Amino acid sequence: MTPLVQSAAEAAPHAATYATHAVQAAATPVQDIEMRPMAPPLIAALTGLVVLVADLFLPRRRKGVLAVVSAVGLVAAIVPLAGLSVDQDETFCLHASPLHTQQCSYEADGFSVTVQFLVFAAALVTVLLSASTVRQQRLPAGEYWFLLLSATAGAALVPASRDLVSLVIALEVASLPAFALVGLRRGSRQSAEAALKFFLTSVTATAVTLLGVSFLYAATGTLDLYGISTHLHHVDPRLHSLTTAALVLTFAGFAVKAAVVPFHFWVPDSYVGAPIPVAAFLSVVSKTAGLSGLVLLLVHAFANEAAVWGPIVGVLAVATMSVGNAAAVRQRADRPHSAVRLLAWSSVGQAGYLLVPLAAAAPYVAGEREEALTTIGATVSYLLMYAVVNLGAFAVVAHVGRITRENRLADYRGLYRAHPLAAAALAFFLLCLAGLPPGFIGLFAKIAILHTAVANGMTWLAVFMALNVVVALYYYLRWAALLFQPAPRPGPAGEGTHGGGASAKPVGGVLTGGGLPAPALDGGVRVSRSLRACIALTATAAVLLSIFPDPVLTYAAVGFL
Amino acid sequence: MIPVSNTALEALLVAVVVLPLLGAVAALLPAPPGLRGRGPAQAVLRHGVLVTGLVFAAAVVLALGFDRGHAERMQAQTAVPWASVGVEFHLGVDGVSLPLLVLTALLTFLCAVYSYCTMPKEAKKPKGAAEAAGVTGQDDGAAEDARRGSRGPSPRAFTGLLLLLESGMLAAFASLDLLLFFVAFEMVLVPMYFFIAFWGRPEGPERRAAAWKFVLYTQLGSMLMLVGFLAIGTGCGYDMLELAGRHSRFAACQTPIGHGVQLVFVLAAGIGLAVKTPMWPLHSWLPDAHTAAPTVGSVLLAGVLLKMGTYGFVRVLLPIAPGAMHTFAPYLAAFAVVGIVYGSLACLALARKGAGGDLKRLIAYSSVGHMGFVLLGISTMTRTGVNGALFANVAHGLVTGLLFFLVGAVKERTGTTDLDALAGRTGGALYARAPRLGGLLAFGAVASLGLPGLAGFWGEMLALLGAYHPADGLGRTGYLVFMAIGALGTLLTAAYLLVVVRRVCMGDPSAEDRAAALDGADGAGEAAGSAASGATRTDVLVPSGARTPPAVRTLPDVRGHEYAATTPLVALTVLAGLWPALLLGLTSPAVQHLLPGVNR
Repeated sequence: MTPLVQSAAEAAPHAATYATHAVQAAATPVQDIEMRPMAPPLIAALTGLVVLVADLFLPRRRKGVLAVVSAVGLVAAIVPLAGLSVDQDETFCLHASPLHTQQCSYEADGFSVTVQFLVFAAALVTVLLSASTVRQQRLPAGEYWFLLLSATAGAALVPASRDLVSLVIALEVASLPAFALVGLRRGSRQSAEAALKFFLTSVTATAVTLLGVSFLYAATGTLDLYGISTHLHHVDPRLHSLTTAALVLTFAGFAVKAAVVPFHFWVPDSYVGAPIPVAAFLSVVSKTAGLSGLVLLLVHAFANEAAVWGPIVGVLAVATMSVGNAAAVRQRADRPHSAVRLLAWSSVGQAGYLLVPLAAAAPYVAGEREEALTTIGATVSYLLMYAVVNLGAFAVVAHVGRITRENRLADYRGLYRAHPLAAAALAFFLLCLAGLPPGFIGLFAKIAILHTAVANGMTWLAVFMALNVVVALYYYLRWAALLFQPAPRPGPAGEGTHGGGASAKPVGGVLTGGGLPAPALDGGVRVSRSLRACIALTATAAVLLSIFPDPVLTYAAVGFL
Repeated sequence: MIPVSNTALEALLVAVVVLPLLGAVAALLPAPPGLRGRGPAQAVLRHGVLVTGLVFAAAVVLALGFDRGHAERMQAQTAVPWASVGVEFHLGVDGVSLPLLVLTALLTFLCAVYSYCTMPKEAKKPKGAAEAAGVTGQDDGAAEDARRGSRGPSPRAFTGLLLLLESGMLAAFASLDLLLFFVAFEMVLVPMYFFIAFWGRPEGPERRAAAWKFVLYTQLGSMLMLVGFLAIGTGCGYDMLELAGRHSRFAACQTPIGHGVQLVFVLAAGIGLAVKTPMWPLHSWLPDAHTAAPTVGSVLLAGVLLKMGTYGFVRVLLPIAPGAMHTFAPYLAAFAVVGIVYGSLACLALARKGAGGDLKRLIAYSSVGHMGFVLLGISTMTRTGVNGALFANVAHGLVTGLLFFLVGAVKERTGTTDLDALAGRTGGALYARAPRLGGLLAFGAVASLGLPGLAGFWGEMLALLGAYHPADGLGRTGYLVFMAIGALGTLLTAAYLLVVVRRVCMGDPSAEDRAAALDGADGAGEAAGSAASGATRTDVLVPSGARTPPAVRTLPDVRGHEYAATTPLVALTVLAGLWPALLLGLTSPAVQHLLPGVNR
């Protein structure tokens, strides 16, 4: 293997610095495992197991405890992150490698700790969001919480993985439970179909990724991300097409999870078929996992191929936001599940914005790492904002979903009269997503992203994004305006047959006419306590962040310290 | 000037911007005990009056404390970092922004008072009664309003949005940070959208379409503007003063801005500002928005929101990128004069008999023309022209605000703003039927056409004077042509406004009923017909059967709250017309500072 030998020669002077490590490694050929950096995902995974076992011993009416245990477990997983954010730490290191002095499979640096915090916090909000749904839709509690926590643990592993095997496995750990979660609604054909669609897309993507990984291994002889980066630099010119194919194939796998066009087709159907909290989870946590995987792959492994992937990512970003927004604009208000469908398409559109800094960072990833990470920071800032407001929006949608099973956009007409606070919160979330004051935080996050594009000379990308923001404004504001419109007055009974009024069996024991949401919204269904907590939490966070946006924007401004 | 300490001035300016925002939040909360008033609706409207009144008072004290001797200096500056993407909460006023700040606070206060007196306070009744009135669906306007109030948007939402809007407008004029200016620019979108879509008339899809047109058009412009801002501020920060002083004074970013970047900046930001202004041919959102908006929305839209565009030209583009402005100035001037002529011709067409012209739409088109003068003044890049532009800006705010209040009053009485329906065969005869209202309307029209001695005159004259001798390097011949066309525009403006006065205010008061007369009018479309039937419904006009006796059918004359809304505007229009130095003394030193090296 000529490339290996070449690189070894290149790396030789570098190796001297780590001579002491090498000596130690020679003494202990076994990988050292440190618990400290591993603690957060481990705690989440262990809590999942505890919940699964405890489920067996709990009587039916006490199952609510499991939600509390899950929430406590996630809080416990967040706590050690505070310590990790101070200093960098790594584990599963292989010191004895002759090529790269120290290969670690798991690294807790600024980026991974931030993304892990995002994942755990979002999962915590999802727990709040799920509690009433699990109870009401009689989902199997033990399995539900176990799957949720496992997927969370997997998503938390992704940003810290530093070799391709860990990365792929982490992504699978994040995805496999998600398939089950989507299909968890017993006896629902829609749910099963959504799960199957999601599963097939995702498994195909994984297979493609693995093919790409094997190509990479063939070309470079290593799976370590930094190792791949150095080796690709010196790869045999005859293998160039192989490495390019590997780049495209591995990229595709992660792009599916992040819902990047043209790998987005699973999104709307899966979101609609899944229980609403699971859709919320997919839109935030799974997307975060996929995106952070993409970041690692492009910024670390393919740092030297930036000239190739930079423009591609830019074009994909434009395609993603345009397709997502165009589809969201076309959502008809009276179509069943149009609310969730709209959020699904909007999440595709938002994924497009999230890719912009990645494309903008391309010129820097090879040389100026600091600059590149600060640029990527805009993505993380945007993700944090998006997580808060999107989860909040899903919380309100989940509440309306309890009242009207159809959950059409038209059902939100007059929500302000029935539930003023929930409606005001939803309007605020939508304005944040649209990036329009008074949703300041959304506007600032958009400015951060546009800034990266303009500052790095990709003005065309900024212009496309600006146009998309205008398009997106249309459907967000239309929904927000619906909330305050007077509810249609109860008309003649004949009107009620529209949209399957007969089939719209009251979920919460309240009679609803399919076409007549007004009496349903007025019908005294109170926002359940956990949902109320969820809406209050996200709304408070969004308002506070609008006034003091720096906790979120600091990543865009100074990167990861 | 009264001596006010610097700290107090700073606090006042911050209060002017932040107080409405806090008020908007407070409006959404239930009223505290002791301030409940006769019901939640009344309480919250009163809250709106109180907050806007406080803000206006603060703005007046700020203006009194402002050091007029150093109007070119940024005073009452506050700078607090806000968001680390480069947004700094940097406020300050100079002679350019102070008049607009006071104008905004005044107009918003008047709007709050106006809505306090006109908004249906259905909540005074017990809730059940309001509901019952809504369900039985009585046909008269009050019950309809009550139903709307109780079922749809409430006075609470109205007040909250009004205060949010005020905060955004004031922040735009007080902001010294490019991105903060952009944020403020965006902040007015949501409230104005809701005003048009929810409180506008007539109900129906046109209203919503008008609201969409407004919000999407403006947002498109703003996003382009943001890209322009980012292009110029990248790496150097967004402080306007620093950007403007890059070449001479303390420079955050040592390299001067390249001409290419300047061109991109002026083009992108200029388009955004031109949409807001609105400059022909980017104006097409304006007539629809004005026609559909409620009175308060129209007043603020024309009186303040349009000014944000022209203010942006003076505050942002001129000092930061003078070179690129110089390149684009002739084009701007050309578009401006086309706008002047186009606006006037559109108004003439609307004012014709049988054209089915809407009075609000007519005033909207006249705004396109007036804003054309403002842009022409700016494009000369001379002190005279820019001073004229700033003067015309304020004058237009006063006069158009007044006109929209009056048209709102006419609509309240006759149920229509359709010129044909108003005028009938011989004329609306407002002089006879409601003499004071007619007089005020004629006053507004005359002020708008630029009669010497009233506010409208000085701005347009100075703008034309500036075009007579534009800045060095701008082709003088072209500007002379622009000036000639602009002068022609003033004649056309006078023509249509006088036609409006003749058709609405004059006429035979004892002529047969206007609705009947309408049948004779050529080409009066369906809209006019339906509006006329609306007019008969209001019981103000006697049904067509009652021909005898041919007595004067009077309309209720100006009421108390209408006096309250219009008197300050009338007084200021006269004051600014007779004592232009009051304004020019403020703007002139500031403009001199903005245009270094220009001595005309």
